Amino acid sequence: MKSNFRFCIGLLTAMIALGSLPYVLQGDYFFFAAFSVLQFVVMATAWNILGGNTGYVNFGAAAFFAIGAYSTVAAFKLFKASILVCIIFGTANAALIGLAMGYLTLRLKGVFFSIATLALSVVLMTIVLNTDFLGGARGVYVIVDRTPLFGLPRYIHLLYWIMLLISGFAIIVARTIQHSGMGQGLSAIRDDEGAAECLGVPTLKLKLIATTISGGLMGLAGTVFPFLITYIDPTSTFNLSISVNSIAMPLIGGMSTWMGPVIGALLLGSIQQIATVTISSAGNLLIVGFLLVLFVILAPNGIMGWFDVWRKRRKR
Amino acid sequence: MDSQFITLFLNAIVAGLLLGGFYAALSVGISISFGMLDIVNIAHPAFIILGSYATFLIFTYLGLDPILAVFIVVPVFFALGLVVYNVYYHSFEKHGSEPLRGLAFFFGLLFIIEVTIVLTAGVDYRTVATSYTDTTLKLGPVDLPLRLVVPFAISMLMVLGIRWFLSKTYFGRAVSAVAQDSMALQLMGVNPVKVKSYAFAISIVTAGVGGALLIIIQSVQPSMGRDYIGLVFAICVLGGLGSVYGTLVGAFILGIAETFTATFAGPSWAPAVSFGLLLLTLAFRPSGIFGR
Repeated sequence: MKSNFRFCIGLLTAMIALGSLPYVLQGDYFFFAAFSVLQFVVMATAWNILGGNTGYVNFGAAAFFAIGAYSTVAAFKLFKASILVCIIFGTANAALIGLAMGYLTLRLKGVFFSIATLALSVVLMTIVLNTDFLGGARGVYVIVDRTPLFGLPRYIHLLYWIMLLISGFAIIVARTIQHSGMGQGLSAIRDDEGAAECLGVPTLKLKLIATTISGGLMGLAGTVFPFLITYIDPTSTFNLSISVNSIAMPLIGGMSTWMGPVIGALLLGSIQQIATVTISSAGNLLIVGFLLVLFVILAPNGIMGWFDVWRKRRKR
Repeated sequence: MDSQFITLFLNAIVAGLLLGGFYAALSVGISISFGMLDIVNIAHPAFIILGSYATFLIFTYLGLDPILAVFIVVPVFFALGLVVYNVYYHSFEKHGSEPLRGLAFFFGLLFIIEVTIVLTAGVDYRTVATSYTDTTLKLGPVDLPLRLVVPFAISMLMVLGIRWFLSKTYFGRAVSAVAQDSMALQLMGVNPVKVKSYAFAISIVTAGVGGALLIIIQSVQPSMGRDYIGLVFAICVLGGLGSVYGTLVGAFILGIAETFTATFAGPSWAPAVSFGLLLLTLAFRPSGIFGR
């Protein structure tokens, strides 16, 4: 109870502090970068719901992101849907495909599951590439009326707000799952699926729920992307670096709690944004590569792992 | 009309076989590292592209034909493989830590190799022009482009050589033994780590050779390896893990499936069919066609 209260206060403070930035700071680029970092907070948190809790490594994070983005494109082209409708539509689509992926890959364990998600992502990308309605290989433009609402100075500030709310929502979902019976069931699957099954944990059901929620949240992260960038194409949305980042951030932050992916995403995301500006976009991939290798060798449990060690020492 | 269809059909089969043979060279290394040694080397395709660029550099600066360049690529990649395995072993395998971290390690390696290539050789497409790249033999109505026939032949030599090596030599049998029961091998007085490190180095060598073949077939660009990750794993899973013949069959199936889709439905659909095939295999027969 007390920790719940503390969490709410903390989240609310962070949201208000970050949400008031548009009234304080100028410059579009800062908000563009902040949007990207928040987007990765959602991706990493969503990936961790399946990957961190159950140990099933999804290589196809980018595919879910792309489903969200392309759902927005479809809804927008068909009905001129508002941003809120696009968000709901994209999330629902991604959640459905997450559920389908769960059904298709339930019998697979370990690396085979990962390869199947990779294959699914290639199949989806090929379908998009061959669908003229979605722009095919050329990509597609999403031109919206960019007048800001709520007395905000710029349109990008509105998108930044939406992304901030989405990240808050993703964090709440992840934390709720972790503290519920479902989270314990998922951890049991990670530790020993056979034993969990024997003890009456509904592994099948839990895994399906996890793939659905995880897929839906990744799609949610992608739904706003077309509004920010106004032009999307298959190579940028189905990009392997999105998938790898979604895996790398929880790994670097620590996968055992909801906080790990958030810290990993804030850290790695910010470093990458800075590196893209100061070095080059190739340099930023190099940083991801090196950090990933360094962390898995030197800090097996991520940054949160260090905290745990430190906490234990203090208690002694 | 009908004879035109038959020509198209025959050409698709032959092109598929040639392509499949080349795919076997790309994936036989995964069959060793993933199938036998249980090392999920996601970075294998990055080593393939590295092999392509090494061949390109040797071709440009020493003027050596890609086929001769292989003789330089092989020892260098063998050494590289030994180094990578030792880092991997000392950081992960020794402690028996969870496979996810090994996976992340190879993902990191993939990006490091990719960016290293970008920083040293640029992001442009690179190609080598040899005497045989533009020649096409005709066998009746069937086209035999030498740029596919030469890699096919070398690939077959290499894959069958590896198959012979693994089943007939003492060391090759030790590799199979390590795949089955590494503890028992240790009790027999063989050092499993040494066997594994040499076997892994061999898998990296095949990636280097595969890269040399790739740049004969088409022009190469640093991040192209990503497209091959799915392909090489698909082939190994399709054929059944750890079986060299299985890999060969899987490679032929994927090659033929791809050329057929490319011929009759358009090249842009090709990946969907091969990966759809993989998804179905995984869903209904996860052990592959030749799996135990």
